[in-house]
Amino acid sequence: MFQLKFDETKCFACETNDCLTKCQYLKIDPDTAKIEIKKIINKKDSFVLHECVTCYACEEYCPTGNHPFYLIVQRQEELNILPLPDPLIKRGIRIGIPFRGEPDIQEIKGPALNLGVFSSLATLTRGKLFEGLTLMSADSRKMFHYFCQLMYLHFGRISVINERLEKIIETIAAHKVKEVVHFHDECYGTYTSYAPAFGFAVPFKSIHLFEYLYNRLKELKSEIKPLNFKVAYQRPCSSRLSSDKYQFVDKIFDLIGAEHVKREYVGENALCCGGTILGQKKKGSRQFSLDLQKKNIDDMQRAGAQICVFNCPACMQTIGKPVAKKGMMPVFMSDLCRLAIGEKTS
Amino acid sequence: MTRTAYKYNDIIHRCFRCGYCKFPTNWDDVNNCPAYARFRLESYSAGGRLWLIRAWVNGELEWTEHLAKIVYACAACKNCVEKCPLSFSDEIVNMVIAAKNEMVELGLLPAPVKSFLKNIQLHGNPYGISAKKRSQWMEGTRVETYSNQEFLYYVGCEGSYDTRAQQAARALGELLLKAGVSFGVLGKKEITDGNEVGMMGEDGLLEWVVEKNIKQFKELGVKKIITLSPHSYNAFKSIYPKFDGKFEVFHYTQILSDLMKKRKLSDLKEIQKKVTFHDPCFLGRWNKDYDSPRNVLKSLKGITLVEMERNKKGALCCGGGGGNFYTDILGGSEDSPARIRAREAADTGAEILAVACPNCLTMLEDAVKAERLDDKLIVQDISEILAI
Amino acid sequence: MDAVYQALVKIVGEDYASNRPEELFTYSKDLGTSEPKFPDYVAAPKTAEEVQKIILLANKKKVPVVPLGGGMSLAGLALPLQGGIALDLKRMDQIIELNEKARYVVVEAGISNGKLTAYLHKHYPHLMHSEPGAPPAATIGGNIAIHGQGDMAHPYGFNSDMVNGMEVVLPTGEICKFGSCSIGSGWYTLHPLPDIGLFLGWNGSTGIITKISLRLFPCKKIREMDLFVVEDEGLIPDLLYELTHVGMAEDLIAFTSAIPPFMDGVHHISMNITGDTEEEMEFKRHLLLDGKLARYIQDGTGGIGAVSQDIQRPQISKSADWKKGGGFEYVGSIMPVTAYPECYRRGAEISTRHNIPYTVLGRVIGSAHAMMFSWSYAFNRADPETVRHAREALHETDSLVLELGGTIWKPAVFGQKLMMDRMDSNTLQMMKKVKNLLDPNGIMNPGNWEVNE
Ligand SMILES: Cc1cc2nc3c(=O)[nH]c(=O)nc-3n(C[C@H](O)[C@H](O)[C@H](O)COP(=O)(O)OP(=O)(O)OC[C@H]3O[C@@H](n4cnc5c(N)ncnc54)[C@H](O)[C@@H]3O)c2cc1C
Ligand code: SF4
Ligand code: SF4
Repeated sequence: MFQLKFDETKCFACETNDCLTKCQYLKIDPDTAKIEIKKIINKKDSFVLHECVTCYACEEYCPTGNHPFYLIVQRQEELNILPLPDPLIKRGIRIGIPFRGEPDIQEIKGPALNLGVFSSLATLTRGKLFEGLTLMSADSRKMFHYFCQLMYLHFGRISVINERLEKIIETIAAHKVKEVVHFHDECYGTYTSYAPAFGFAVPFKSIHLFEYLYNRLKELKSEIKPLNFKVAYQRPCSSRLSSDKYQFVDKIFDLIGAEHVKREYVGENALCCGGTILGQKKKGSRQFSLDLQKKNIDDMQRAGAQICVFNCPACMQTIGKPVAKKGMMPVFMSDLCRLAIGEKTS
Repeated sequence: MTRTAYKYNDIIHRCFRCGYCKFPTNWDDVNNCPAYARFRLESYSAGGRLWLIRAWVNGELEWTEHLAKIVYACAACKNCVEKCPLSFSDEIVNMVIAAKNEMVELGLLPAPVKSFLKNIQLHGNPYGISAKKRSQWMEGTRVETYSNQEFLYYVGCEGSYDTRAQQAARALGELLLKAGVSFGVLGKKEITDGNEVGMMGEDGLLEWVVEKNIKQFKELGVKKIITLSPHSYNAFKSIYPKFDGKFEVFHYTQILSDLMKKRKLSDLKEIQKKVTFHDPCFLGRWNKDYDSPRNVLKSLKGITLVEMERNKKGALCCGGGGGNFYTDILGGSEDSPARIRAREAADTGAEILAVACPNCLTMLEDAVKAERLDDKLIVQDISEILAI
Repeated sequence: MDAVYQALVKIVGEDYASNRPEELFTYSKDLGTSEPKFPDYVAAPKTAEEVQKIILLANKKKVPVVPLGGGMSLAGLALPLQGGIALDLKRMDQIIELNEKARYVVVEAGISNGKLTAYLHKHYPHLMHSEPGAPPAATIGGNIAIHGQGDMAHPYGFNSDMVNGMEVVLPTGEICKFGSCSIGSGWYTLHPLPDIGLFLGWNGSTGIITKISLRLFPCKKIREMDLFVVEDEGLIPDLLYELTHVGMAEDLIAFTSAIPPFMDGVHHISMNITGDTEEEMEFKRHLLLDGKLARYIQDGTGGIGAVSQDIQRPQISKSADWKKGGGFEYVGSIMPVTAYPECYRRGAEISTRHNIPYTVLGRVIGSAHAMMFSWSYAFNRADPETVRHAREALHETDSLVLELGGTIWKPAVFGQKLMMDRMDSNTLQMMKKVKNLLDPNGIMNPGNWEVNE
């Protein structure tokens, strides 16, 4: 029922094939890229389908607003070229099944803050920055009713997303909310990129957490004490679905007096945290993921970062510890902002 | 006979008796439930107590004096609440209190519990001393009675009557005067805060006490309260709002900590001493404030603060909670919690065992003497340390 | 007044002896599905000498004595089946000696695992004992009295294989030492003296262990858990064979359960990986994950489920609250590792029949010489029907263990009988002789390992 709106003609007309040529993991020259993208479009086997690390970045690289990454995942599923071993896929798919009762649907007046499946991080959303927002999905027993499902892009399972997403949207909408700030990039990406790409109707307006934080900080400007920290930012894969909001990273840093260090793997060039790569089927994936993390963390350190800022809890979980071992403090963006207005963080 | 009115019939069977609740946070030993530490029979552990209560409310066991003793041996210290990993853990102490409610209802109480409650009813304090003598502690001080000052200094029963605790009450009074805090006391008009009455399950009396206090506070226009005892702090903070008595409540260490931060108590003497601090359950585990007393001690010049093995969330209770400072169910042995605690304090090499509660003060001072540690270790309330 | 009670008061003091209904009630029940068995007395001695006096008293009065540690064995093993004195040993909880260089610790038998873990963590962070996954209030004595296993089972075997020496109060009251300590040497070995230790695995029916010298092992600074997952349970024996060949993990456990749904039918192998440095960790991981496991990952049958998870020590188990009912009990068995697939499948069937979500687990002992395979059955203590189901499931599982060629671990009396019914008759007679010789009056935990023919 839900179909990817993919305009092949854009690809055929595309001069750069940035989606593949800019990929940081597969070294692809423009000529090969032309051939491979065609194969993919035509449901033919392509090495790209086997080697894609599922970092979402091509969604951002594509200059025409087509959806190369969604297409890749769709083809992976259709051709049964799955990035992860079967038991991880089976387990992963089941993780998203709610089994501890129905959520408590209350009407929410004003904007909501959707925690998605990160209910346990509700402690991060205390304090002035979040005043006026009503928490949604704060009960970890019920959080899978709010699970945006986009994780399955790493699993070669568009079908699972498409089967479940409508119900999730309904659950959120049942709160009668008009505006939802999404705690995680991935949820924001779901409702603003994936949903329209596949034809899901979304009856609420989504707000990116960073845009929200930026605006709120502006309101609280008088309370900001510049942090004077040098910070690096670990950009998560899902932020590739909302590259227009990436600007708020620097805007926030400027506002709170944090210096975003100059480094190689930043912005478009950001590296994946390696969390999903570690488990992939491709030979040597684990080692590759470790090398990637090292490259990324060394780069932060070389640039003089004192703090590594995260948006994604999964990235935090994957490289939070290694980052700390290198003497940089892992901190969520929201906590960094709270620090700036003199609040104690969790 | 089954007790169908028992409030926790739907969850009390969920205790597995796995005994996590015997331990402190660092798993040091199985003796962090003061009642179990004292008797070391399973019946006195938190799990054993819950199973016995369940058997009683189900009619499997008859009430006996001994059963009541086991139930009242709980010092309401909340170590079990802290350590039990199961999702009903918040209710453990409530389940015990609810059993006490039932016993009160039936009039089946251990003798000292009865006299505690009776004394409160008759005299407004557990000691059975006349209310007229309640203000004796303040004789010779410049402490004034309350009339529209910023704070009410609520002294509590121990501070008012117990000769040892009176010293702390006076010390705090002097300190607050010295810092220029605007406060007054109720003197003879003060009655118990009701915390222990609640902990002992006498809800009717609790209601009477609370309402009486609220009425008096409101009539006097009290808005902010400083308490000497964390027990009073807990009562005013957690129980009174349920009766529409909403006041801004502070334990005195919170006030002192703030005063010191603002340098309003600056000319304090330097004390070159090693000090260890014993967390009172009603400030610590009940109200999650582990910092205020430590902040006060740390900002004193000369003091080296050393921690006991079990501290903060994991502190061993002195055994005085839930009215046990009076009923003394846990006393009389070298395994009395206060004596274990006194030894633990001495093991740190500290010269002062600092407390922030008049109950702990009397319990631990007696324990230090019983352990013959009084030549090495003195027990002092933080208010007294500052007043030196 | 009751003479036995009076005598007990005299031995242990008034606080620590009881014949009151409250204590008798408390000690009549354990945490599992067993029917209550009331003692006549409860006593909590502090020293081996007090234990000795109680044993002498019990012989004189012909009353049973049932030692109790943490009471966590779940199978009713410390319930006074024939009344008598429930002997709570938890006051005997001192650490007597620790020899760092020879890596052993001498403790009183009633010390909790939690206390020993905390002590080592604080004073000897580079030493550890093999800690069972039981709640930390379980005692060292109780654990070796039932041949327990802990988180060092893969490299070093059963916890009862880690005993360097013991002090035991015999059922006739003599205090006896075993191992090098018996000749006045240190407590560093049980061998090479003639083997007369007849106390391990006897559920306290041949004597009361009062002191134990326990082997300690190197405790690495960094301790993390990785998970490997497969769907096909048939792969588990091979995987465990391969992983034990590499020998780089400290603890290897294969498990699955019906709840949460993502676990259902997905078999997890947890591998405790430890090292003093990052290099050591990565070296071990490389051998495990990129070596033996790579084949499974590449063909898609196995995957790395998680890495670098924190290890809890002591472990916290919430199993009892699965049904919000405060109860669970499991059948443990010592099984060949090859039996994993069948154990899982048949266990899941039993669970389904009794309407209990299945939970099974196999912990590797030694180089996959065996595994401790367990089937857990949760019940609601307030609902007799669920208790009955759990009890029946336990009994069916006992039979299953034997059908699958296993040996029931810490069997309840029901399981003990199943095994003794099949036991070689000469062995059985030998057991009987040992018991009669050591315990002529039959006072020690009677009903346990009792040969009746
Ligand atoms: C959630 C859970 C997880 C568990 N996981 C494990 C595990 O991973 N590994 C494991 O080995 N066990 C496990 N167990 C089982 C059991 O809890 C442990 O083996 C525990 O160590 C038993 O010790 P205890 O002190 O509780 O023994 P008890 O139950 O008190 O006693 C066990 C038996 O030994 C006898 N006994 C006790 N002390 C002595 C003594 N000093 N001398 C002679 N006889 C004595 C008793 O009479 C009884 O027959 C688990 C239990 C639970 C509830
Ligand atoms: S209160 Fe909790 S920790 Fe204590 S025995 Fe009961 S279930 Fe276990
Ligand atoms: S509140 Fe304290 S005294 Fe009461 S059962 Fe819990 S741990 Fe024991």
